[in-house]
Amino acid sequence: MKVILRNPRREIEIQGPMVADSLLRRLEINPETVLIICNGTLVPRDTRFSDDDEIELRPVISGGAL
Amino acid sequence: MKCRRCKAPAVIDIRRHNAAFCRDCFLHHCKEQVKKAIDEFKMFGPDDNILVAVSGGKDSLALWHILSELGYRADGLYIGLGIGDYSDESGVRTRAFAQAHGYTLVEVSLPSDYGYDIPTAASRTNRAPCSSCGLSKRHLFNKAALDGGYDVLATGHNLDDEAAVLLGNVLHWEPGYLGRQYPVLPAADGFAKKVKPLVKMGEREMAAYCVLLDIDYQVEECPMAEGNRHLGYKEVLNSLEQRSPGAKAAFLSSFFSRGHDHFKDAAHVEKGELNSCDECGSPTTGTRCAFCALRNRVISETPVSIGRKD
Repeated sequence: MKVILRNPRREIEIQGPMVADSLLRRLEINPETVLIICNGTLVPRDTRFSDDDEIELRPVISGGAL
Repeated sequence: MKCRRCKAPAVIDIRRHNAAFCRDCFLHHCKEQVKKAIDEFKMFGPDDNILVAVSGGKDSLALWHILSELGYRADGLYIGLGIGDYSDESGVRTRAFAQAHGYTLVEVSLPSDYGYDIPTAASRTNRAPCSSCGLSKRHLFNKAALDGGYDVLATGHNLDDEAAVLLGNVLHWEPGYLGRQYPVLPAADGFAKKVKPLVKMGEREMAAYCVLLDIDYQVEECPMAEGNRHLGYKEVLNSLEQRSPGAKAAFLSSFFSRGHDHFKDAAHVEKGELNSCDECGSPTTGTRCAFCALRNRVISETPVSIGRKD
């Protein structure tokens, strides 16, 4: 499956199937810091991805002048 | 996962609520939480005119949308900061959002109206970019709210933002800052009333709100924010949240309910007696406000052309 990461934007290939929570653990991403978007749809952490899914892990943390 | 309210398939889980929501119930949850914050902290009423500071990011666009959906009269204020392509893109997104929803947008341009931009200010003053940016925005937000006759200025600071600021204020035991950290700052002579209606909403929830409504917000981080200390505080707090869901919300809400009162007097003492800035008339403890001092220092070393080009 194709996994899209941001800041900077990049794509990686990971062998599916896999549950979203496991994917985050494998990539060492804190689930509090991203949205999981599968084929353009927002999904929760128990979603099982298949090998032909496109997954975006969209960061939600913004900083700067608060 | 199933939606807590209607048992339909969930689209998002929120661990601090030990709950998941479907699309419609999540959008309902967001509006309810914002309404709850507005009522709990007595931010404004249905007849007030609200100016929402919008950046093109998820929080401010979602806030503007939620307030409008709740029936409040809310106009937007966008400040062009002159941060290259990042500012160009944020302006395009904000204008497109306003136009698509029929909202009124007020615009101010730091380079065109005041003769400097944030990258130049940061390099000329040796200040961190976020410091010059925050100072400039606070001044211009306040000025726009007062000049426009708005009853209140609303900003998109969310639970994560405020928890990170609180952690910084506690790490350095800043009594004046702790006294001023509250979801409502009342109006005073020369100061507009300021409110933070997203104080109960995590930034992950605000991003989800935008994704579910196809609000085209700016996902990329400001290029000048890299290394910003608040991002470090957020990382620490999110590590804590992962181990102990609800820790961020408890930290912040407990401060508001049990800690803030102890620092209120310190905020007034540190503010001291206020004069009018001899250049712009804004309140200041000296003879010139921090914004005019910053601007003078930047433009004295920079050839500038003030005023918009027609």
